[in-house]
Amino acid sequence: MKFDTPATTNPIDRLKVIGQPTDRIEGPLKTCGQAPYAYEQHEAAQHQAYGFMVGSAIAKGRITRMDLDQARAAPGVLAIVTAANAGKLGKGKYNAAHLLAGPEVQHYHQAVALVVAETFEQARAAAQLVHVEYSVDKGRFDLAAVRDQGVEPKDELPDVRHGDFDTAFAAAAVQFDQTYSTPDQSHAMMEPHATLAAWQGDHLTLWTSNQMIAWSVGDIAATLGLPKDKVRLISPYIGGGFGGKLFIRADAILAALGARLASRPVKVALARPQMANNTTHRPATLQRIRLGATTDGKLTAIAHEGWSGNLAEGKVELAAQPSQLLYAGENRLVSMRLAPLDLPEGNAMRAPGEAPGLMVLEIAMDEMAEKLKLDPIQFRILNDTQVDPVKTERPFSRRRLIECLQTGAEHFGWDKRNATPGTRREGRWLIGMGVAAAIRNNLLVKSGAKVRLERDGKITVETDMTDIGTGSYTIIAQTAAEMMGVELADVTVHLGDSNFPVSSGSGGQFGANCSTAGVYAACMKLREAVTKKLGMTEGEAVFAEGHVQLGSRQVPLRNAAQNGAIEAEDSIEFADLAKQYQQSTFGAHFVEVAVDAFTGEVRVRRMLAVCSAGRILNPKTARSQVIGAMTMGVGAALMEELAVDKRLGFFVNHDLAGYEVPVHADIPHQEVIFLDETDPISSPMKAKGVGELGICGVSAAVANAIYNATGARVREYPITLDKILDSLPPMI
Amino acid sequence: MNDHPPSGLSRRRFLILGAVTATAFALPPFISLKAYAAHLEQPAMANVTFEVNGKPQALEVDNRTTLLDALREHLHLTGSKKGCDHGQCGACTVIVDGRRINSCLTLAVMQDGAKVTTVEGLGLPDRLHPMQAAFIKHDGYQCGYCTPGQICSAVAALKEIRDGIPSHASPSLTEPPQLITSELQERMSGNICRCGAYSNIIEAISEVAEVSA
Amino acid sequence: MRAFNYSRADSPAAAAQAALAQGTRFIAGGTNLLDLMKLGIETPQQLIDINHLGLDQTEATPEGGLRIGALVRNTDLAADPRVRKDYALLSRALLAGASGQLRNMATTAGNLLQRTRCPYFYDTNQACNKRTPGSGCAAMGGVTRQLGIIGVSDACIATHPSDMAIALRALDAQIETLNPDGNTRRIAMADFHSLPGSTPHIETALTPGELITGVTLPAPIGGTHIYHKVRDRSSYAFALVSVGLILQKDGSGRVAVGGIAPKPWRVEAAETLLPQGAKAVSARLLDGATPTPDNRFKVTLVERTLASVLAQARDEA
Repeated sequence: MKFDTPATTNPIDRLKVIGQPTDRIEGPLKTCGQAPYAYEQHEAAQHQAYGFMVGSAIAKGRITRMDLDQARAAPGVLAIVTAANAGKLGKGKYNAAHLLAGPEVQHYHQAVALVVAETFEQARAAAQLVHVEYSVDKGRFDLAAVRDQGVEPKDELPDVRHGDFDTAFAAAAVQFDQTYSTPDQSHAMMEPHATLAAWQGDHLTLWTSNQMIAWSVGDIAATLGLPKDKVRLISPYIGGGFGGKLFIRADAILAALGARLASRPVKVALARPQMANNTTHRPATLQRIRLGATTDGKLTAIAHEGWSGNLAEGKVELAAQPSQLLYAGENRLVSMRLAPLDLPEGNAMRAPGEAPGLMVLEIAMDEMAEKLKLDPIQFRILNDTQVDPVKTERPFSRRRLIECLQTGAEHFGWDKRNATPGTRREGRWLIGMGVAAAIRNNLLVKSGAKVRLERDGKITVETDMTDIGTGSYTIIAQTAAEMMGVELADVTVHLGDSNFPVSSGSGGQFGANCSTAGVYAACMKLREAVTKKLGMTEGEAVFAEGHVQLGSRQVPLRNAAQNGAIEAEDSIEFADLAKQYQQSTFGAHFVEVAVDAFTGEVRVRRMLAVCSAGRILNPKTARSQVIGAMTMGVGAALMEELAVDKRLGFFVNHDLAGYEVPVHADIPHQEVIFLDETDPISSPMKAKGVGELGICGVSAAVANAIYNATGARVREYPITLDKILDSLPPMI
Repeated sequence: MNDHPPSGLSRRRFLILGAVTATAFALPPFISLKAYAAHLEQPAMANVTFEVNGKPQALEVDNRTTLLDALREHLHLTGSKKGCDHGQCGACTVIVDGRRINSCLTLAVMQDGAKVTTVEGLGLPDRLHPMQAAFIKHDGYQCGYCTPGQICSAVAALKEIRDGIPSHASPSLTEPPQLITSELQERMSGNICRCGAYSNIIEAISEVAEVSA
Repeated sequence: MRAFNYSRADSPAAAAQAALAQGTRFIAGGTNLLDLMKLGIETPQQLIDINHLGLDQTEATPEGGLRIGALVRNTDLAADPRVRKDYALLSRALLAGASGQLRNMATTAGNLLQRTRCPYFYDTNQACNKRTPGSGCAAMGGVTRQLGIIGVSDACIATHPSDMAIALRALDAQIETLNPDGNTRRIAMADFHSLPGSTPHIETALTPGELITGVTLPAPIGGTHIYHKVRDRSSYAFALVSVGLILQKDGSGRVAVGGIAPKPWRVEAAETLLPQGAKAVSARLLDGATPTPDNRFKVTLVERTLASVLAQARDEA
């Protein structure tokens, strides 16, 4: 199905199932420990052996010698994979660094070997007996030191120069110029990257934990030099991804190589302390914001320049991107520079670009509002735009940022905020409120599904879409139930198998809208087949309550399949509505913090997000996406930082004790308001995404609240207490 | 060579298989260090008996096998999750002899004779434990990987409050702890949820706590 | 993790005797030892399980104090009514540490014997004089925000991570041990943990095979007890700085500080300055500190946290 004109009334609009806050359909499995994740596929293959990865001890250089004798002689060892016996390996389209090092080492903890043994304990013990000698090359590990070597990422974000920024900024009555930094961050999903690999002849099956099945089939094939049709990926449950499982990682390739060498199915999970340096991370950024405005607060000049680093084939972190679209202003400079670094590979993490970009831009807006003596909400409202500021002929499909801000302000009690920092105190706590705007673009990706009407009248959906905690199982079932007019319980959903039609996959908050739109397309085709079978082709049949009705004729749906199941497959393909309209989601984040006046410890007391994101397919799971993203935003604001050893070139705090993420005690009750809306420009579902919108801006709202509480304006994330101490009131 | 443990040291059923039956301290000095290391790599095995979810289980495990791996890899009870294997996340939380612990940081051999309850023992899809039902109702999970640990932890944490065990969040050490949000948040802080379902998890636990109080 | 032999000890004497052998470790809660064994940092050849020695009772001493068995779990010790009433600092310190699950496993003796959480110690690719004597210290000049500012040496700047130990130091606890030869001794908390000097791998006063059997607390000294642990998140994290305070009505008191040194940091001479306030006490406590640029803030933080607990103690008194 081609989606080339805005959606009109369609079966989804009935909202009998879609739009309802139903419980997750896989909930009983997950809460009872019955949902099998990648490392738990005991039934999938017989005689599974265990692989344990050995990571490089250096950041950059060459392996000069490997002594495997001791490891080979260790009990239970079946095989040891190294570059020397792995055969020729290619590199996946989505990987910057090789997944197996040797002789060249590109980053710390890059895999240098996999030890395969009968048991996990034996594999781990033998891995500690692998001796590797290296020659170390000098690497570049400090972004600030190499920022001037940055180049324009012409394929990803060529410089946006609109109007004449320099002149307008110079002429602006009120000017603002500050530089900020955001650190490297780790996805730190709870389930480590894991894969079970089994060969049947030249055919490889991988049970793995992966967000993008079709991408990864291609990359596994490319890496191992196999035809794509010889690779099958199965990924029914994924213990979190956040972008860290968009791509195949070392576990998948090493498991496949290990299984080949050992002639046994082999399973591999990365050990937690290996993950931060072996896999990808959100790259650190430096960002400079310049704003020029009239005295009454109209922005006339906006410059957002950013720098990030990566390995040679890695991408830039598009942190400056949101400044293309978020605010009006006739003169604009948006640019990123990509500098060479020899740290582990930087790549997408939840809301890449927007998340670190808004961490900075939305502090700058708070600072500028103060300079203009304007309320920060008022300042943002003043500079709203309903069109793409750079291509003004291009309207936003829906943009209700002002309503988000106003609704939130009223709900949160924004009028009780004192604009003067450090003025509200409750005992030893300094109290402050902060706000930030959120924008995250709505990406549209082709997505397919197969839908079957079974003989018993029930519906089965198959698609390679993944559920990484996002609620895909549930909203896909809801979509099929709505379309076919059956109960939710009558729909079975199978996901995450490369034998199924290719979907959008899970990423970029496009999964919910695109994958359900693909199911919609397949269901439209199935409806056609059903009406044809039932001889109800004259006019538009209604599918409801297990029946098909046309005029006065009503037939049970199952009758159509009484002689055999009916199957239909289709995908949604998006035409160029995205060119005519800028499609984005919007939000406003409100945060209240308490800061210990003695120690600078920060406690988040209240949080509210107001979101404008098209139709909400399931308010319960959508809300969970938003609060989860808000939680990650609190982590980014207050504690998350992969600490770089700039001499040795690695992330030092590479486990969950060292890389702190929020715990229960850090997170208060969180509120989410979804504005009631649909966006017919986006898809037949009239939905957009929320999973990344929720993290956009929230860290800046925390930062702004800390400023309001204490007067400490911290421009280097994370805002740990050591950066606040000197701004706190003197001790009694 | 001395094959006998000093008096009072009991091997009981923890028989050591393989070539080396001597304990390390009895090793004669002429064995080269390399050979010594190789000898020691022979897995020492043990027979362990414990009760898991009400069912007696007898296993022969490597001494190095954690309780978590015994459950997951030997008994195929994969509800208990391995998130970090170092006591830093709580995904492996199970209840042993009435108390929640990190099953990744104890050896199976150390739990000989213990009574272990995993998430599978609390309830199954057709007969959910009230805590499991509450997690579903309040959407107290997303990817589901930390969820079994959260649920085991929550069940045990409520018992700890009932048993009067104080926490960091208890305003007073001399009064019994109360069933309040701040207590639940503190007591659940050893269970990390990267999806960020905390707010919903606390609502789920609160509902169960009120019902059972 | 290297293969090891495992046995359960039935008596403290047998345990101590067995532990004389090279490469032998006692295992109790296992929360730190197994963590380190998995990483290849601890490589015992023999584990003696001491969980069944009956050392899990807390009882009153004839002197009016408490004797805490070596194997009393952190949860039970924190919840003991006598500890909550008379040694609140100890309860509070225990409850500020780790998580509910870990406190259910961790023992009194094991808590004392925790090793540092220095990330370079934890990464076997990195030089570490504590892990591999003579290999150097990768932490110096690296990421040191969490590391020590006082009591450290040219060989090691790691801190001791225990919260419980801070309280025991302030309470003048004594460690009871049993030696393989059958002799027992008591070691004052002040002398139990060693400063690194040129031998950072030597962390305590224990001799080979010596088994901790218990910890004794002197009779209660009253006062207001406050433990404030400052960390980067609200729970389940190691301290940046922690301050344990016992303040008497007359203004005298005791202060021990965590997160800054290789052992619980207490300077009795600084306590005499308590009436002068946090600044004076802190200056004396930290006299001779050698912070790095990354952890210089700890100097300020100790002072401000001390001010906070003093204010709180005065409010509560």
